Amino acid sequence: MKSDASDVSMWLKKTAMISIKNLHASVEGKEILRGLNLEVKPGEVHAVMGPNGSGKSTLASVLAGREDYEVTDGEVTFNGKNLIELSAEDRAREGLFLAFQYPIEIPGVSNINFLKTAINEIREYKGLDPIDPKQFLALVKEKQKLVELDGKLANRSVNEGFSGGEKKRNEIFQMAMLEPTLGILDETDSGLDIDALRIVANGVNKLRSPERSFIVVTHYQRLLDYIVPDYVHVLYNGRIVKTGPKELALELEEKGYDWIKSDAQNAAV
Amino acid sequence: MNVMTENKLTERILSGSETKLVSLAGNAAVRKNALDEFRRMGVPSKRHEDYKYINPEGLFRLGEFMAKANVVRPVTSHDVEEMTIAPGAAKVVIVNGILIPELSKLDRLPAGVTVKSIADAVVSDAVAKKYHSTIANDSTDAFIAWNTAMNESGVFIHIAKGATCEIPVHVVHIASNEAASTFHPRNLIVAEVDSSLNVIESFESIGPVKTLTNVVTEVMVHKGAKLNHYRIQTEGEAAHQMNTTCVVAESASNYCTYTFSFGGAWVRNNLNISFTQQHTESHLYGLYVTIGNRVVDNHTIVDHAIPNCMSNELYKGVVDGKSTAVFNGKIFVRRDAQKTNAYQTNRNILLSDDATVNTKPQLEIYADDVKCSHGTSTGRLDEDAMFYLRARGVGEASARKMLVRAFAEEVVNNVPDEAIKAYLDNRLNHLMS
Repeated sequence: MKSDASDVSMWLKKTAMISIKNLHASVEGKEILRGLNLEVKPGEVHAVMGPNGSGKSTLASVLAGREDYEVTDGEVTFNGKNLIELSAEDRAREGLFLAFQYPIEIPGVSNINFLKTAINEIREYKGLDPIDPKQFLALVKEKQKLVELDGKLANRSVNEGFSGGEKKRNEIFQMAMLEPTLGILDETDSGLDIDALRIVANGVNKLRSPERSFIVVTHYQRLLDYIVPDYVHVLYNGRIVKTGPKELALELEEKGYDWIKSDAQNAAV
Repeated sequence: MNVMTENKLTERILSGSETKLVSLAGNAAVRKNALDEFRRMGVPSKRHEDYKYINPEGLFRLGEFMAKANVVRPVTSHDVEEMTIAPGAAKVVIVNGILIPELSKLDRLPAGVTVKSIADAVVSDAVAKKYHSTIANDSTDAFIAWNTAMNESGVFIHIAKGATCEIPVHVVHIASNEAASTFHPRNLIVAEVDSSLNVIESFESIGPVKTLTNVVTEVMVHKGAKLNHYRIQTEGEAAHQMNTTCVVAESASNYCTYTFSFGGAWVRNNLNISFTQQHTESHLYGLYVTIGNRVVDNHTIVDHAIPNCMSNELYKGVVDGKSTAVFNGKIFVRRDAQKTNAYQTNRNILLSDDATVNTKPQLEIYADDVKCSHGTSTGRLDEDAMFYLRARGVGEASARKMLVRAFAEEVVNNVPDEAIKAYLDNRLNHLMS
């Protein structure tokens, strides 16, 4: 068997990084995801759009391992592992990253110390030695530039007193530091003005690579002008009801979600 | 329980006290009167409002602390060295309520600072005589009365007018006995006009024998004086502590108090601060971390009797295992105390289903032109914050530790002395690892 680099990348291209099959999930006894299917291959960017309440953020939370959500059926395979059985921290250590819609403020926990702990726990999981402190600081400097994050913010408590835009930039900064293989952006565009949106999107684009994939959850097409997806999926009533190329986002922007809803209802009948 | 049995218990505790009292230094009439007060009040039971959660009577009913023989388990200078909090501090060591000059280190004290045994001071020192037993009122609390009657020793700290003491005075209280007993160390701190002083009182224990330290500290802060007063409680699981601190603060003085309760089976702190003149300021910080079956109870009283004073209080607790924490914060703003600023906050984190917190802010405001606030909260660690940290790859145990540390750090960060802060950080690391 040949094992040169091009063969490996060919193989990667063929195998799904994450495969979601017939996923059902509930919160407080209410079913939100009702048989969702999605497959993302390395290097791909998938946009998940949909009206309010369709289950977009639930999908992001379920994948990241939030414990309020109960997976009642279906399976999720991430890099060959059963994702559902992994704790939230082990999912992160396996290379999954969720950029929160509402990043949490954590007074008293320094952004930098927290990131260092996160990186070292991920390294430990992979059997690597702790990161060299100098190398870590160099990495911080380099990645801050990616999202134009003020050095002072990196040294403050996690998200404390950050503006909405700063919080979102901090999310992308953390993603750049942790170098995940799958980035899930949960409504990262919400609450951003156009300049902040551009900065955040540029940061994400710089992180795109043949080995790294993204699931971009968004309500509006606007973000997809900057982060151009390979596929656009429409989520409605906890299921993906339509999949298309990036142009589907424009169509949704123009026509709204109503035609999707009636199509889905007709299909159900 | 009826009155008869309660009296019997008090009499059992007091048996032999009259005889012993005669041999003790100081004003015999004061001691006799205090003993009568103790007898009148008796050991507080859980029916006593201020002691309902911790029930001191219950402790005695178990027959503990009653040994009359005080058999000291020897304490070495090495033991004392291990108990260092701020390197370079002057040290005065009190073992089982008795000041031990051989273990103390007072040679670095600057001019204007006097540190000596209170047993001597109440006989020979005019200032000690003037204030001893005038700030803590025997008729208000049985434990104060008991201490006034039975104290054998303790420390008198005096700083002269305008003097500044750069090094902290560290009072090391050690309970170390071969028989379960009660000790009554008595302290008096007098900061004269415009002086500046830092006092650390630490409480340690050696050995497995049950002890009760009933300590009373009186503090007089004169006009313009600045006093930082630390209470660091790190006793072992056999040690019990009844700690009363009574403070009178005069005009434009600044009394800051920091209470860290990290150990002991049973710890009760009564901290009473009275403002007797205007423009006085006081900050009260407290942090308790409780595990196992431990009980920590902080009762504070800030009495705004006159106008234009400021008090700010922040107590936080991390309560784990089957432990119990109590916070009761009284603030009185009396009728004449206009332009008072009084703030109080108590926050608790419960880390286990079996841990208990009882918190009660108690503000009594009789003036109308004041700014007062209080807030209290008790809850679990923030689930959203936990998830956020874990979603970044931080394990559950580390995430929990990070959040608890951040919670506790808010109190530690108010400590102005870097060496003490470093000691506390280190201590917290050990507690939480």
